[in-house]
Amino acid sequence: MQFYGETLSSRLMLGTAQYDSPAILADSVRAAAPGVVTVSLRRESANKLAGQAFWSLVSDMGVPVLPNTAGCHGVREAVTTAQMAREVFGTDWIKLEVIGEADTLQPDVFGLVEAARILTDDGFKVFPYCTEDLVAAERLLRAGCEVLMPWGAPIGSGKGLNNVFGLRALRAHFPDTPLVIDAGIGRPSHATMAFELGYDAVLINTAVAKSGDPVGMAHAFRLACEAGLLAHAADLMEERDMAVPSTPVLGRAVLA
Amino acid sequence: MTGSPEVVVRGAGVAGLVTAVTLAERGAHVRVVEAGPQVGSGASWLAGGMLAPWCEGESAPPEVTRDSLASLDWWASHVPDVARAGTLVVAPPRDRAELTRFGRRTDHFVEVDATTIAELEPDLAGRFERGLFFDTEGHVDPRRALVALRDRLISLGGSISFNTPEDTGPRDWTIDARGLATRSEGLRGVRGEMLLLRCSDVTFHRPVRLLHPRMPVYVVPRADHIFMVGATMVESEDTRGMTLRAMSELTNAAYTLHPAFAEAEIVEMRANLRPSFPDNIPRVWQDGRCVHVNGMYRHGFLLSPQRAATAAAIVFGDAPA
Repeated sequence: MQFYGETLSSRLMLGTAQYDSPAILADSVRAAAPGVVTVSLRRESANKLAGQAFWSLVSDMGVPVLPNTAGCHGVREAVTTAQMAREVFGTDWIKLEVIGEADTLQPDVFGLVEAARILTDDGFKVFPYCTEDLVAAERLLRAGCEVLMPWGAPIGSGKGLNNVFGLRALRAHFPDTPLVIDAGIGRPSHATMAFELGYDAVLINTAVAKSGDPVGMAHAFRLACEAGLLAHAADLMEERDMAVPSTPVLGRAVLA
Repeated sequence: MTGSPEVVVRGAGVAGLVTAVTLAERGAHVRVVEAGPQVGSGASWLAGGMLAPWCEGESAPPEVTRDSLASLDWWASHVPDVARAGTLVVAPPRDRAELTRFGRRTDHFVEVDATTIAELEPDLAGRFERGLFFDTEGHVDPRRALVALRDRLISLGGSISFNTPEDTGPRDWTIDARGLATRSEGLRGVRGEMLLLRCSDVTFHRPVRLLHPRMPVYVVPRADHIFMVGATMVESEDTRGMTLRAMSELTNAAYTLHPAFAEAEIVEMRANLRPSFPDNIPRVWQDGRCVHVNGMYRHGFLLSPQRAATAAAIVFGDAPA
């Protein structure tokens, strides 16, 4: 699976916010070995040079950077932030967030489609943070997106995959589009489940950064992603309603 | 070295002044030079002044808690009005999970219910169902404390010059406590924003921390109905004044603690940078005849006493502990 023509070294994407220190962040990145790290520019965006010290720390980690427009509430704000991110990090990849609701941080899919179109026309490779809504997904693809990043649950909630039915439908509907679970993953088992459903990558931040031992948790997520990816490739068994003995039952009456 | 070394301390923020006083108390002749016009011209002036080693353990490594356990006693023996009333941590009902998390990551507290919260802080009666009380912690007014340290230094025979970046006179040792002005390798600024409110309708006896998943905020009571509300943590070296976003986050938090804060007068709102190393742990290191005390991050008042003792041990050639 490729993301805009690129193969990632890992299907785990790691966010860089909320760690207790940049040193812990760097150790967590080493333990997670993510394919990309995401960086938010919003809070630092007032002055281009202001965030430089932290951005250099992130750039120096040797992992491709996927800048994001975290916390942008409008199309223009998101577009401006994306343009600045391109300049700062020298990449045309952008994780596009247009937040529509302050409490749930739910994406504004209308603004998202509009911003995605503007940015694609400007040469960006857009990773839109969206919901599992099929129609919005279709519009995003039409706007030029080649990757979709639906939420599992609201950002930072740690509730896992809230609407498995919807996520399955999205997967089935867009079998050839890279799909990344972007938000809501709280535990390694949630990440494994995303891969078991056939998702191509997961993005994790709070679950690692706010755990008691971010480095240990980063390692756990690395293994969980690998487990899910391998499990999906190995074709999971089908569930059954009745027990099926895995060895022949000798010497017992077979009940109808 | 024994006897009375001549020491020049550069920087009259909390790290420089605590180190200067510590050295003077051990018999050094100390001259402090400060590029700014007054004590605490940098981040120290905006500090919360919470002497909270256990609460800080929520996000800081164990070293920070360990090295700051004696801090409250040091301050109480050096400056007036050090409060030993503990720290109260509360969360709105919908963010109770944050309280659970905070409790799991910290130590030396008791869980308190609505009744105990009302006994501790009568103005919070009926507002919070659950909280954590760290009874061994304290707080200090950073501005009064810095001024008291200046006076203490002078009474010990030391001197202090403002608007003076460097002292060219002879000395045995230099202490470099200039924070971000040094541009030491790896040092970065972490932006923080704070408010001072005046509100005669609310009385708190101790710092109150309000937990929130996105924006934990604390309110520290000071004399004359003044409350310090802080502080944002932004990975940015932007030195502009406070942003509207920060102001609304801080004021909303104060209002969540008590609606009477809606009528508070905003006395001051400021922003500055915390000098910080990548691990956010304050450091002391020697470079020739210079001892650096830097990277105090958000632990200036908490950790300066211990870091100053370490710097003094280098100057006086103490055997390593």
